[in-house]
Amino acid sequence: MDLKFSNAEPFAEERDAIDRRLGGPGEDGWDGGERDERDHRSAQTSLPAWSRRHLVLEALHAVNDRVGWISPGALNYIGKRLSVAPADVYSVATFYALFSTNLRPKRIVHVCTDIACVARGSKEVCEGLEKRLGPAGAMNGWKHSPCLGVCERAPAALAVEAGDPPHEHLIGPATVDEVLLALNNGPAALAAEAPPVMAVPQAGQEGLVLLKRVGQVDPESIDDYLATDGYAGLRRAFEMGPAQIISEVKDSRLMGRGGAAFPAGIKWESTAKQPATPRYLVCNADESEPGTFKDRALLEGDPFALIESMTIAGYAIGAERGYIYLRGEYPRSYRLLRNAIEKARERGFLGANILGTGWSFELEIRRGAGAYICGEETAIFNSIEGYRGEPRSKPPFPFEQGLFGKPTVVNNVETLYNVPLIMQIGGAQYAKIGTEGSTGPKLFCVSGNLVRPGVYEVPFGATLGEVLKLAGGVPQGRTLQAVLLGGAAGGFVRADELDIPLTFEGARANDTTLGSGVVLAFDDTVDLSGILLRIARFFRDESCGQCVPCRVGTVRQEEALLRIVHNHGDAGAKGRDVGLLRDVGLAMKDASICGLGQAAWNAVESAIDRLGVLKESR
Amino acid sequence: MNAPYMAPADTPVRQVTITIDGEEVSVPEGSTILTACNEAGKDTPTLCYGDTLTPKNACRVCMVELKGSRVLVPSCSRKVQPGMEVMTDTERVRHSRRLVLELLGSSVDLSTTPRIPEWMERYNADPDRYGERAGESLRRDVHDPGEHHAGNGSIAATMAQPDKIDNDLYVREYDKCILCYKCVDACGPQWQNSFAIQIAGRGFDAQISTEFAVELPDSACVFCGNCVEVCPTGALSFKTEYDMRAAGTWDESQQTTTTTVCTYCGVGCNLELHVQDNKIVKVTSPHDHSVSHGNLCIKGRFGYAHVQSREKDGSS
Ligand SMILES: Cc1cc2nc3c(=O)[nH]c(=O)nc-3n(C[C@H](O)[C@H](O)[C@H](O)COP(=O)(O)O)c2cc1C
Ligand code: SF4
Ligand code: SF4
Ligand code: SF4
Ligand code: FES
Repeated sequence: MDLKFSNAEPFAEERDAIDRRLGGPGEDGWDGGERDERDHRSAQTSLPAWSRRHLVLEALHAVNDRVGWISPGALNYIGKRLSVAPADVYSVATFYALFSTNLRPKRIVHVCTDIACVARGSKEVCEGLEKRLGPAGAMNGWKHSPCLGVCERAPAALAVEAGDPPHEHLIGPATVDEVLLALNNGPAALAAEAPPVMAVPQAGQEGLVLLKRVGQVDPESIDDYLATDGYAGLRRAFEMGPAQIISEVKDSRLMGRGGAAFPAGIKWESTAKQPATPRYLVCNADESEPGTFKDRALLEGDPFALIESMTIAGYAIGAERGYIYLRGEYPRSYRLLRNAIEKARERGFLGANILGTGWSFELEIRRGAGAYICGEETAIFNSIEGYRGEPRSKPPFPFEQGLFGKPTVVNNVETLYNVPLIMQIGGAQYAKIGTEGSTGPKLFCVSGNLVRPGVYEVPFGATLGEVLKLAGGVPQGRTLQAVLLGGAAGGFVRADELDIPLTFEGARANDTTLGSGVVLAFDDTVDLSGILLRIARFFRDESCGQCVPCRVGTVRQEEALLRIVHNHGDAGAKGRDVGLLRDVGLAMKDASICGLGQAAWNAVESAIDRLGVLKESR
Repeated sequence: MNAPYMAPADTPVRQVTITIDGEEVSVPEGSTILTACNEAGKDTPTLCYGDTLTPKNACRVCMVELKGSRVLVPSCSRKVQPGMEVMTDTERVRHSRRLVLELLGSSVDLSTTPRIPEWMERYNADPDRYGERAGESLRRDVHDPGEHHAGNGSIAATMAQPDKIDNDLYVREYDKCILCYKCVDACGPQWQNSFAIQIAGRGFDAQISTEFAVELPDSACVFCGNCVEVCPTGALSFKTEYDMRAAGTWDESQQTTTTTVCTYCGVGCNLELHVQDNKIVKVTSPHDHSVSHGNLCIKGRFGYAHVQSREKDGSS
């Protein structure tokens, strides 16, 4: 392919960062347009390089991590090395919020302004920063961020410093002084991050299944993992063989925990039955739904369990390669998972001929770069393949044509963590945990105005009130105003609806959703219309822009809400705007390509209809 | 790769029967619901659909109701399956079509998009109800994905921005762009393989762009005009048309179209010469032609000046 590039050349450190990730020029595929002796009079195919398109995102990360932004020269060099047109590389680079194609400082602090953090003081942090640094913006060193997945320690912030190596540090609860320290002296100057166990108030309690190792073992030690039943599930799985594994998972009636509640066994079976190979397994660790942080708690507290679970799943569906698509804002998970993969490989639990069975399985981590939409199960494929993270239209479904066009299973982190248990106790026994329609243990991300926010594990069947009680309820002297279930894509329920059983069927019967397991409580100090505005802003910012109902609808939804909030008195105008919201909402729900647009109006709708929020005149 | 699949004459193509608004329609296996709708005489609005391109189903104006489906489905891309029950004029369908037209109409200049007034009326669309429209933005080529400036809701965000006039052959008026992806697909692997343009940015801030929004002559563009050929809104137009529109002299009713074969090389692309006042004002190419499928190169598309040279000595 003959691609045209401008004359812009990469700086030495950009070139070095890219070469380190891709291998030096000539090591693999085409070197990228430079002609030398070897090319004289010989035509070289660009195919080997072409097939490396999937490294575009990785190469962009390499540059962004090293210098903090992506210059025209760096962009050209990535394009040349991977045989991708510069307009294509640019289109990918400008899709992700963590990348910048504009010059910016090496140190940036992303301050979470999302709903769980707003409920716990992020506004005050932002006001303080505005006074000291000026308005939010990359050139002032700090930016507003959507939910960082650290809701238990709200208000949260992520400090990033580009370099070799880069430094990333999640701060929570964040203060103005800490943000300033991170900017002035670098994230390395900050006190150590709170240990993973801080996210799990139940840690160490009897009877925990998914969270049993969190805080109890060293997440870097495979020996700790092995000493606590680690890899017993895989050994059992190898005894059973793929067909029986799938039948046990079906018997367990394990439902996906990523939000769509699809039966995992059926997904595995239909993928395993596809004649096309290779097949792929993708673990969805993009966790970006506002209010969701359970996957992070698992990955930071017990990373080896993900490796084991994915090895079992890969074996069951006949996938020899798995990808962990990890949210870009989870630096500690990234470090721990890399360590876990390395250790597992050293001990023969990963790689060729696992435990002498002849079965081989490879795992690779791919980091997202700040795009909620990439958690959608087909957008994740495009993102891994090096394209913009735009959802694909279905059909074809992932089990038919998924990653690289091949049959693929996508499962959420928490879904996969149930697998070793199912192997050990069997599907039928597992199905006895929980309720008829919702089997197994379940994690809830409990946050907002509560005494002990955190990730809580309960067998399915607990009511909303019981879960709130585990977290200590709202602080003394405050009253509960409303609860958001399922995150920004979920819905509000009233403070008098605490009897709702937090099961799939219970939520459905009560016309709400569990989504990704978010239980976000708001007490009477919170301005709910502000929360609605933040949700509307979130969807407008995170829409991929592919389809009209969502691309423009999320804009009109935010504008209408802004008008309602600013137009205090005018009842007629408010009525028109509520009508407009309904019209736009229905079209988004009915005509959008993917779940983002389809759910973008859920929370606002429930706030209007269930809480009566926009009706009362303020 | 893009030619419609033609079964060898002797293999019978299986017919699939579905119902549309209660009436049975049979179409060849592999057809889309849109083909079936056309067969059944249902006039279906489309914008992002292109007869020479793989459906992108991005605009969502062609949505229909499919029995058993939770959401509406895009007729332009969903393939027929035996027994499908499709409804094209229910309240839900009309609502979504109306809203898509309103959302586009409130954010994009649709003045040169064919059939818009007719559809707006048919679906009762009122794009003005979203409020006063924002004026030209000079920042649409600066991308900060995940961020935007929210005002107080009194001004409706739009695509308004200055026209991009950076060469003598065609103009880009992205305030008329509905982001249908057709130009990107035509420039990319589906036809031209030049990869000069792509979507940059995300969400409402997305924009068709070259790398770092450099001007076309500095990009990989080879000025084939194949993107202009497929643009459904007039966001891309030939400079001749753009200038004549500006001068108020563009008048399609005064134009004739002559189909001929390009004389530059031996490939055999067909040209359609659009002539007004005895002057070629633009060159298109028939989409159903088996050689060019609507595509040309810079010579066939723009190299017509010699034809109308008035200089007697031929030096033009
Ligand atoms: C906009 C959007 C974002 C999503 N984000 C995530 C995510 O971050 N993590 C996740 O597991 N699932 C996410 N999902 C759901 C996935 O599409 C998919 O259903 C899930 O990963 C399947 O795994 P499961 O069956 O194990 O739940 C998202 C869906 C949508 C529409
Ligand atoms: S619904 Fe939104 S996020 Fe999903 S494809 Fe459409 S524009 Fe993209
Ligand atoms: S004129 Fe041709 S090469 Fe240039 S952008 Fe359009 S399709 Fe691409
Ligand atoms: S410029 Fe035209 S063809 Fe390209 S996306 Fe916009 S409307 Fe579609
Ligand atoms: S014409 Fe079908 S979605 Fe655009």
